[in-house]
Amino acid sequence: MAWNPGEDVVAVQRAPKPGGAGGAYRAFGETLRGLKTTFGRMLERPVVYQYPEEKVPVYPRFRGRHKLHKFADTGLEKCVGCSLCAAACPADCIRVVAAENTPEHRVSAGERYAAVYEINLSRCIFCGYCEVACPFDAITMGHDYEMSDYNRTDLIFTKEMLLAEPLERTPLRTEDE
Amino acid sequence: MSVLVPFAEVGFAESWWIQIIKAVVIFLVGFTLVPLALMLDRKLMGRMQMRYGPNRVGPYGALQPMADIGKLLFKQQFRPRTSVGFLFAFAPVISMICAAATFAIIPFGGTVDIFGTEVGLYGIDVSIGILFAFAFSGLSVYGLMLGGWASGSKYSFLGAMRSAAQLISYELAMGFSILGIVITAGTLSLTGIVEAQSGMWYIVPQFVGFCIYIVSAFAETGRPPFDLSEAEAELVGGYSTEYGGGRFATYYAAEYFHMVIASAIAVTMFLGGWQLPFVDPPTWVDPIVVLVKTVLVICVFVWARTTFPRPRYDQLMALGWKILLPLATANVIVTAIIVVVTD
Repeated sequence: MAWNPGEDVVAVQRAPKPGGAGGAYRAFGETLRGLKTTFGRMLERPVVYQYPEEKVPVYPRFRGRHKLHKFADTGLEKCVGCSLCAAACPADCIRVVAAENTPEHRVSAGERYAAVYEINLSRCIFCGYCEVACPFDAITMGHDYEMSDYNRTDLIFTKEMLLAEPLERTPLRTEDE
Repeated sequence: MSVLVPFAEVGFAESWWIQIIKAVVIFLVGFTLVPLALMLDRKLMGRMQMRYGPNRVGPYGALQPMADIGKLLFKQQFRPRTSVGFLFAFAPVISMICAAATFAIIPFGGTVDIFGTEVGLYGIDVSIGILFAFAFSGLSVYGLMLGGWASGSKYSFLGAMRSAAQLISYELAMGFSILGIVITAGTLSLTGIVEAQSGMWYIVPQFVGFCIYIVSAFAETGRPPFDLSEAEAELVGGYSTEYGGGRFATYYAAEYFHMVIASAIAVTMFLGGWQLPFVDPPTWVDPIVVLVKTVLVICVFVWARTTFPRPRYDQLMALGWKILLPLATANVIVTAIIVVVTD
C-alpha cells in the first residue's frame, strides 16, 4: 500500500509561461510593480550613516589599529622582543629588534625588550595573528580604523606611537546594539 | 509673416529685438534646467535607493552640479594622437546645439501682453512644429557619431555605432507615437496642439502613444535603462571614451538637456502644455505650469532609471522594432480610423 502523504504535500508554485498577450500583460504589471517598489523606498528614511559626523559603532572584537601595552602597576612594557608576532605576521609588516635589559636600564619585565618595534600599517591586513601569537598579550588590536594619511612613511607606526594611549575616535558598540 | 524666418510659416512673430531677448531668456531657462535636472537626478535617485545623494557642497548639496562642471572645465584638454582634431572638438558642440535648438519651439504659454507689446511665450511658433524637434533630434546622432569616429579609438567608434543604431531605431517609434496626436489635433504647431488639449489632455485618448513616447524618450536621450551608449561601467564609455574635461562636460550637459527637452515635449504633446484641468489661471502662471510639469516628467525619467536594469543590446533592438514600432503603428491606424469615423 502506497504511503499517503496527506497534508504534507507542498505544491510547487510555477510562474506562468512568458510570451503572448498574457505575458505582455504580466510584463507590464511587473514593470509597474517595480516602479511601485522604488517609489515606496523614496518615502522611507535613508538608512545610511553620514560618515565623518556619524560613525558606525564597532564591536568589542573589532580588529583596528594595534596597541602595545604596559603593566599598569610597574609601568614596564609587556613586550619582551621575542619576535613571535613578526613570525606570525602573514603580511610581514612587523619589525622587532630586541635588546637586553640591564638592571640600570630596565624597559620590560622579561630578559629582553623591543628596542625597535615597528608596524607598517600600509601592509598590515588586520588579521590579528600578532595578537594571537603574543605570549604576553603585549600587542592587541584596538578599535581605531581611521588611519588614512597623505604619506606612506607616516603609516609606519613606531613603538612610541603604538604605546601611546590612542585617541578613541571610534564609538564602541554597547551591549544591546 | 516675418522676414526673419523665411524657411517655415510661423503662427505669430514679433519684431527682431523681442526675438533676441526671447532667445536669451529661453537659453537661460534651458541652462538653468540642466543643473536642476542633474541635481534632481542624483538626489531623487539617492532617496529611491534609501540614501541622501550629494549633500556636501552648499546647502543640501545644491551646488554639486556647479562643482562638477567647474572641476571638469578646469581639467586639461586631452586629445588622442589618432583623433581628428576639428571634429573631435566640434562633435560635443553639435550635441549641445541640437539640444538647445529644440528648446526654441517649446511653448511656455500663448501670446501675452507685456507692457503693451504682444509677446509669444515661446522661441518661435513654426508651422512644422514637432518636425523641427525631430529634425534636431535626428541631427544629434551626428554629435555622437562624429565624436566616436573622430576620437580615433575603436572603443569610441563601436560605442558610437551602438548608440547611433539605438537612436535611429527609437526615433521611428517616437515619431509614430506622436503621429496619433498630430492626426487628432490636425496641426503640427506645438501651440496649436496645446490649444487643442483644452478639453482633454492627450494622455487620456493617446495613452498608448504616451507610453511609447516615454519609453522611446528614455532610449532617445540615452538615459538608463537604455543607456547602452555609455553604460556607466560595463561597455567602456561608448562614444565619449576619449573625452574628458570641458568637452565631456558638454556631452554630459547635452544628455541632460536632451532629457529636459524630451520632458518638455512630453508635457506639450501629452500633458496639456500650460493648461491645467478645471482651473483657468492667469497667463503669467502658464510658464510656471509648464516648468513644473517638465520637472515632474524628469522625475519619471529618474524613477525609471532607478527601477529598471539595463536590457541587453538585442533586447533593446527587439523592444524598439518588434514591440514599440508595431504598437505605435497600430495606434496611429486606430486613431486615424476613429478620427475619420467620428469626423
